[in-house]
Amino acid sequence: MKFSYEVEGGNFAKAGNAASNVKKVLKQLNVDPKIIKRIVVALYEGEVNVVAHAYKGMVLVDIDPSRIHIRIEDEGPGIPDIDLAMQVGYSTASAMVREMGFGAGMGLPNMKRNADVIDISSKVGEGTVVELTTKLTS
Amino acid sequence: MATSIKIRKIAELLDAQVVCGVDLIENEVRYAFASDLMSDVLTLESEHLVLITGLTNMQTVRTAEMADINCIVFVRGKKVTPEMIDVASENNTVLIECKYSMFRTIGMLHDAGVCPVY
Repeated sequence: MKFSYEVEGGNFAKAGNAASNVKKVLKQLNVDPKIIKRIVVALYEGEVNVVAHAYKGMVLVDIDPSRIHIRIEDEGPGIPDIDLAMQVGYSTASAMVREMGFGAGMGLPNMKRNADVIDISSKVGEGTVVELTTKLTS
Repeated sequence: MATSIKIRKIAELLDAQVVCGVDLIENEVRYAFASDLMSDVLTLESEHLVLITGLTNMQTVRTAEMADINCIVFVRGKKVTPEMIDVASENNTVLIECKYSMFRTIGMLHDAGVCPVY
């Protein structure tokens, strides 16, 4: 099963639409709620990152019986130092993002904690791709 | 094992208004977590949790949806928006508006036996 969702930079009202839809699909597939929670928390943080930092982005979801693969790609400023961005508490978020309840430097660490495999690649001035893979059975 | 408390009882104790999910107030919670930072809420693993927050926007409701939180108490007299109610009802999340400060709200729920997450 494949799904794709557009994410608009700066539009916080829609952040979470992809995660909300993926949650409904995984529920229908009777995936363990604890595993669903890990997957949708990671995806939601990813969506918030695109809304907070990029101009626009796409979420591409591929589900097979054994695992889910999520690719979050954006056109945006990119991440100059990925190791630094992965540190808890490091943030470049704006005041607006902080007012939305995010921007405390926990997004990427939360994504890493909630995915079996995370792969991040980024080009400064072009954009970022984050890929998350998680098994659907424990 | 933490004591359970009905959501109805929480609203009564706090003299607060249930603005979404009136049909779900007989459900029970055991733990409470208070934060205006949603990324902190998204790190929690507890179930049967009430979220106490002063952050009133769509991200609060979305965070509750992702984190399987079924009750949010908005403190300091904050008002929820119709869009928040739409999403919350779709996900069976109870929304409560409370005029007390966060500190007072937490104190009252703690006295009533609601447990911290950590």
